This record gives sequence, C-alpha cells and structure tokens, in this order.
Amino acid sequence: MSYEFLVNDIRLMTYNLQLITYNMRILFYILQKEFIQIFRNKGMLPIIFVLPMVQMLILVFAATFEIKQVDMMIVDLDHSPASRQLTNQIMGNKLFRMNAFPTSATEAEQMIQASKSDLALVIPRDFDKKITLHQNPDVQILVDAINGNAAQLGSAYLSNIIRDFHKSILMQQKVAGAPEASVVEIESSFWYNPTLNYRHYMAPGILVVLITVIGMFLGSMNLVREKELGTIEQINVTPIKKWQFIAGKLMPFLLIGLFELIFGLTLAKIVFNIPFVGSFPLLFGISAVYLVLVLSAGLYFSTISDTQQQVTFVVYFLMMVFLLMSGLFTPVESMPTWAQNIDRFNPLFYFVRIMRGIVLKGAGISEIFNDFLALLAYAVGMFSLAIWRYRKTS
Amino acid sequence: MIKIENLKKSYSTTVALDDVSLEVKRGELFGLIGPDGAGKSTLMRILMSLLLPDSGTATLNGFDVTKQHKEVRHVTGYMPGRFSLYPDLTVEENMDFFATVFGTTVKANYDMVKDIYQQIEPFKTRCAGKLSGGMKQKLALSCALIHKPLVLILDEPTTGVDAVSRKEFWEMLKNLKAQGITIVVSTPYMDEASLCDRIALIQQGKIFSVDTPQQMAADFAEDLWAIRSPKLYPTAQKLHDLPEMISVNSFGQELHLVTPKGVYSAKEISDFLTDKSETEIQIQPTEATIEDVFMLFMTQHHTTQP
Repeated sequence: MSYEFLVNDIRLMTYNLQLITYNMRILFYILQKEFIQIFRNKGMLPIIFVLPMVQMLILVFAATFEIKQVDMMIVDLDHSPASRQLTNQIMGNKLFRMNAFPTSATEAEQMIQASKSDLALVIPRDFDKKITLHQNPDVQILVDAINGNAAQLGSAYLSNIIRDFHKSILMQQKVAGAPEASVVEIESSFWYNPTLNYRHYMAPGILVVLITVIGMFLGSMNLVREKELGTIEQINVTPIKKWQFIAGKLMPFLLIGLFELIFGLTLAKIVFNIPFVGSFPLLFGISAVYLVLVLSAGLYFSTISDTQQQVTFVVYFLMMVFLLMSGLFTPVESMPTWAQNIDRFNPLFYFVRIMRGIVLKGAGISEIFNDFLALLAYAVGMFSLAIWRYRKTS
Repeated sequence: MIKIENLKKSYSTTVALDDVSLEVKRGELFGLIGPDGAGKSTLMRILMSLLLPDSGTATLNGFDVTKQHKEVRHVTGYMPGRFSLYPDLTVEENMDFFATVFGTTVKANYDMVKDIYQQIEPFKTRCAGKLSGGMKQKLALSCALIHKPLVLILDEPTTGVDAVSRKEFWEMLKNLKAQGITIVVSTPYMDEASLCDRIALIQQGKIFSVDTPQQMAADFAEDLWAIRSPKLYPTAQKLHDLPEMISVNSFGQELHLVTPKGVYSAKEISDFLTDKSETEIQIQPTEATIEDVFMLFMTQHHTTQP
C-alpha cells in the first residue's frame, strides 16, 4: 500500500514539476518576445541613455535651493560712526550684495515692491546716541517674502550679523572688572553632508525620479500599445496566463530600471563625487521592490485605459502629485499634518527617504526596515491588483 | 461542434445579439453573412470566450465558452477582423511565438500550416507590419493554425484583400476543411457566401435564415427578372414606379427586378417601360443567386429598422 502511495506521490510531483517548467518556459518566450520588441524600437536606446544623463547632469545642478546671493539695501538715517561700522560689517558678508542706499524707509519699501531688492535694513536716526547712552537701539528689517527661502535665510544671516555687532559694542563698553556677560555660543556641525553640498542631497533624489519615470511610463505605454494595435486580442486567445502576461510586461522594464540606477549612480559618482556610503546590494534589492511597485501601478492603469493618451495623462498626473509630495524638493515635515497622512500612500515618499538614507547615511536594513516594509506591502498589493484587473474576457 | 442557444448581448443601448440560436456541424465550412454592424464579430468574440454574453449558452466541442475558456481557446484558432499579429516582429518570430505559447513548435506542426506558410516563407525575416494585405492574411491564418485547432473562427478574413488573394484564401479554407477542421467564417462578400457549406443570414443581431446557399437560392419565393437596357439608371428609376415592385438592383450589366410571385409577366413589365418611353429593353426571368436572396432579405428587413 505505502509503496503505491509513494508511486502516486512521485507521479504527482513530476507532473507538478513539468507544469512549473512549462509555465516558466512560456514566461521565458514572452520575455524573449518583449526584449526583441523593446530593442527593435528605435526610440528606446535614447530613452535609456539620454534620459539619465539629462536628469543627472542638468537637474542636479539646476534643482537647488541654495541661496548664493541676496540683494539688499541699507537705509542709513543716522550717518554715525556706529551705523557705518554696522554697514561695513554687513557689506563684508559675501551673501549680501548692496544694490541701493535709499534715503528713506518708504523709498526702500517701493524698491522691494518693484522686486528690485530682497531685503532692507533701516538704521534709525538715534542709533549711535542710544548706544552711547547704553540703551537698546532698534533697527528695522524689511523682507520680500515672495521668495520665501531667500527671505528666511537673508533675514536670519542679517540678524546674526547685527547680534555680533551688538556683542562687540557691549565688549567695547565693558567696564573693567565687571563680570563678563555670558553668551551662548552655537557651533553647528553637519552630519552626513559635512560641507552642506546641495548636489549630494539632490543626486539620490533625482535618481529616484529617473527610475520612477522609467517604471511608470515604459511599462504602461507598452501594454496599452498592444491594445491600440489589437495584438492583445490574439494574446487573449492563447493559453498565456494573466500573471505571465503581466510579469512579461514588468520584468524587462525592471531590468532596464536597475540598469538605469547603475548608470545614474556611476554618473553621480564621476560627476559629483557623491559619497556612496551604503550597501549596494541593499539599494538594489529595495530598488527592485520599488520598481515592481511603480511598474505594477503603471500596468494597472494601462489595463483600465484604452489608449496611450489616456494612460499617459493618468500616470503623469499621479507622478506630479507623488513627486511634489515626496520630500524630494521640500521637506515633508513642513507639510500640514493631513498632507503628511496622505503621504503615507505615496511610494516616492518612502523611496526618497530610503535612497538618501542608504546613499548618504549608509543606513542598513534595520534603519529603513519600516519604510521597506511599507514599500514591499505596497508592491505586492499593486502587482496583484494589476493581474486581477487585466481581463482576458470582457 | 458548435451549439449556440438563445444568445443575447447588448452594448449599453445597442442590441448586438438578439436571441441567437445556431448549430455548426463538425467539419463544416459555415458562413455568417450580414452587413457591417449586424453582430457577426460579437458572435465570434463570444465563441472565442473573449466576450461574455448577457444570457444564453454556447458550447464549442462540448466546452462551455463562458466557463471553460482554457479548453475553448486550446481547440480554437482565431483570426480577428483586424490584423493583430506583432508588426515589429518578423514572420518567423510571430510564428515561433504563437507556437511556443501554445506549448508546441512550428516544426512539430509544420504539416498543418505547410501549404499556407510555404507561400510566405521566402519573406520570413521581414517584419509582419511590412507585408502586403494578402501575405498578412496568410500569416495570420498560419498563426491561428499552428496549435492544430479543431475549429477555426475567422472574422472577415478577406476584407481589404485583393481578388486574387481572396480566391487563394478560399482555396486554403477548402483544403483545411478537407483535413476535418470546422470553420466559421464571416464575410460581407456574396460571392464568398456561395463557397460555404451552409450560411446564416444575420441582420441587426438576429439570424433570419440558415441553409445551404444552393437551397437558399432555390427557395427564392418571388419572381426575378433580368433587364437589359442601354441606360440602366433611368430605367431603374422608372421601374420604381411599377405598382407591385419589391426591389430593383443593378447586377453588373443588368438590372434585377423582384416582383411578387405571379403578379407580372415579362410582357407587362416590358409594356410598362415602353409606356414610359424606354426603348431597346430586353427582359427575361432569371434564376436567383445568393446575392439576390441577400438583397431581398436586406430590403425586407430594412423597413423594420427602429
């Protein structure tokens, strides 16, 4: 008896094994066909090589919030030694470029109104007198807040200079023997990006944009093209399984996406010399999961669209929202709480964090585990959704 | 082989199939004849299990097309109305691909497609998109046959193909039929209808008549007259005033006039035309062809259109 069972077991096993190899062989033929078509497409090679070069070489330089110069004015109503000393101290700072010396605060306001200057410092008439009398002198800072970053940074720098100036005045006036005024000195040291190089911060983020574009667009366009040409009709009458078809559309672009990552990282290393401190295998593993996610999302939208136009619009719209909310350009922490909650559904939000964490901080799996888990669950869900939504029968 | 019972399908407000029942025998070359939009493609797509009917059943080789997709697709070869092979793959690559996804190879089933494929084999390294219409048709048929199906479903295979290629194509269908394959083909061409074993006339989602083309022609119930005249069009215009006239259509060099059985004689019609100052009229009764049947069928059912 047990012998017969064994024979049956073996028979069942070989049958299952044959079934698996048969299914895998079909997937292999589908992949072979996809690759032939992809590389026969004349537009494909430029996309693969030009896209990353343009993004890495132009965007990383251009997409910067670094403030190099703030145009400012000083309205000196006092014309005293003290006001001149303060003016000199400000002019000595490279950040500020004096572009006018208006004679009144109203005139300065008009200049700001006309966007001719970002910042104005108004030194009042009794500035020197108050200092001599050991009173606290007031100065006024007018800021054009349209360019929020320049305004914030400029006024912060200016406040610092004024504080230094005030401190040096106090030192000069210090009566011998009196106890020294205690001042808290703040020294900052910037971890993970010690020179505050903006490009080191941007390059990993731009890499994320790169593989997102590849993932979301190429796969979805490819599937909808089969619908437009009518070839999907012929595919649907073959025994190709739903998962095989979706996987066949997904895997070539997964490989292309990973290739883009290598290519982009190489460019980043050569051109910007970004300090790659993390683990390559970890980055690649997570990027593969992320690519499955964005590809599946693209494929899902192409199963519910009929034309390339429709799917391009939907995918483009989503990508814009995801990208601007991802924390790539603006910190997520400064978004309102409800927006931060929405961001939990944004795959780019997780991936930008992971990418910067691994490349710049050398984060290991334990540091990014939660983000990775979110991506993984999202990827599995999206892949299943795409397979489920693809119909061979309508 | 194929059994269709009370099939219904609507697209939002349009009724595509209205209570269709039909039977196709094993080894038969069956034609679906009807104008554009009659429901031919819808019926074929339901048979291919690409479309679900609203109600009714259809079985193919005993397999239910709504439940046993896999089995149905394995025993059926399908050629959609639109060329739907990969235009950026070569002839050879298309063949190999469709053979392998059916778990076979071109080599193993070469005898099945040999007659057809041999004609396009000289161009096997050419991309399918760059083939002529007739060659595309042959390639599509080869791909549909590569897994040795029992049934072929061909949706207007000869539309947009030149006369010579059309003739060749029907020769191929005859050969396939001889090998025992059941073929369902739709066509808007009447001359092709007479090449089928049996045909069904379909109009506005309804099947009106199923029979052999010969029997259908023989069953033509009205009088049919072939009329020759130096100027066909004015003559046809005047015939419209004949009180009991059913239809007038031009057939090449002649006009075919249909009148109710036994109402007019040749002389009466001739006199009618002479009264209307038509000269050199030749008129004689003629045998109906399948085209006459179809034209009559169209006129009779045209008036009932909503």
